[in-house]
Amino acid sequence: MFAISEAPIDVAGLQHGLEADGAGAVVCFEGRVRNYNEGRAVNGLSYQAYIELAEAEGRRIVEEARSRFAVERISCVHRVGDLALGDVAVWAGVSAGHRAAAFDACRYVIDEVKARVPIWKCEHYVEGDSEWLHPESTPK
Amino acid sequence: MNYRLLYFASLCDAAGCAEEQVASDARDVSALYAELAARHGFTFTPDRLRVAVNGAFTDWNHRLVDNDEVVFVPPVSGG
Repeated sequence: MFAISEAPIDVAGLQHGLEADGAGAVVCFEGRVRNYNEGRAVNGLSYQAYIELAEAEGRRIVEEARSRFAVERISCVHRVGDLALGDVAVWAGVSAGHRAAAFDACRYVIDEVKARVPIWKCEHYVEGDSEWLHPESTPK
Repeated sequence: MNYRLLYFASLCDAAGCAEEQVASDARDVSALYAELAARHGFTFTPDRLRVAVNGAFTDWNHRLVDNDEVVFVPPVSGG
């Protein structure tokens, strides 16, 4: 499951959704809003997504992880809108029979989401200005 | 031809709108981007962008038809 959410991420509900009788390992990753980036003090983030394509690409990533690793359940949700320090911006969780697959699949999902899914963050700095981030990576 | 453009992040700021209807003689996404970049002052070169037509990623040679929805996808920064 992959979704874009305008509402705060329901971490407890998502963890519950990973339950399976064969799940001996659960790995969850939370990406949270921090108060600095590249030497500047940050006091909030805004996220924007091309929702239709973001959800399609996110679901593709989840299916790729499912085919590469021996997992039970995979969920990933990314926020859009205005977030405060400490808010969960992205949540990825995987349950699996064993820990190696759970760690590997969770890492795969979050790395691919950050690299490929059409979501953008705008950093709001304590000085009052803001900037959209467009990293210098080569598009895939 | 008429196209519907959606703009995100810094492209939205540069265009001054999140979407617009564009009447254009451009017949592929490459020509359309050149036209819009000139009009709106987009600074991204095409090699830094991906392009989507009607909700799916495609390539820069994609032939456009009337009423296509086109999105130039700037480098992403989720997470």
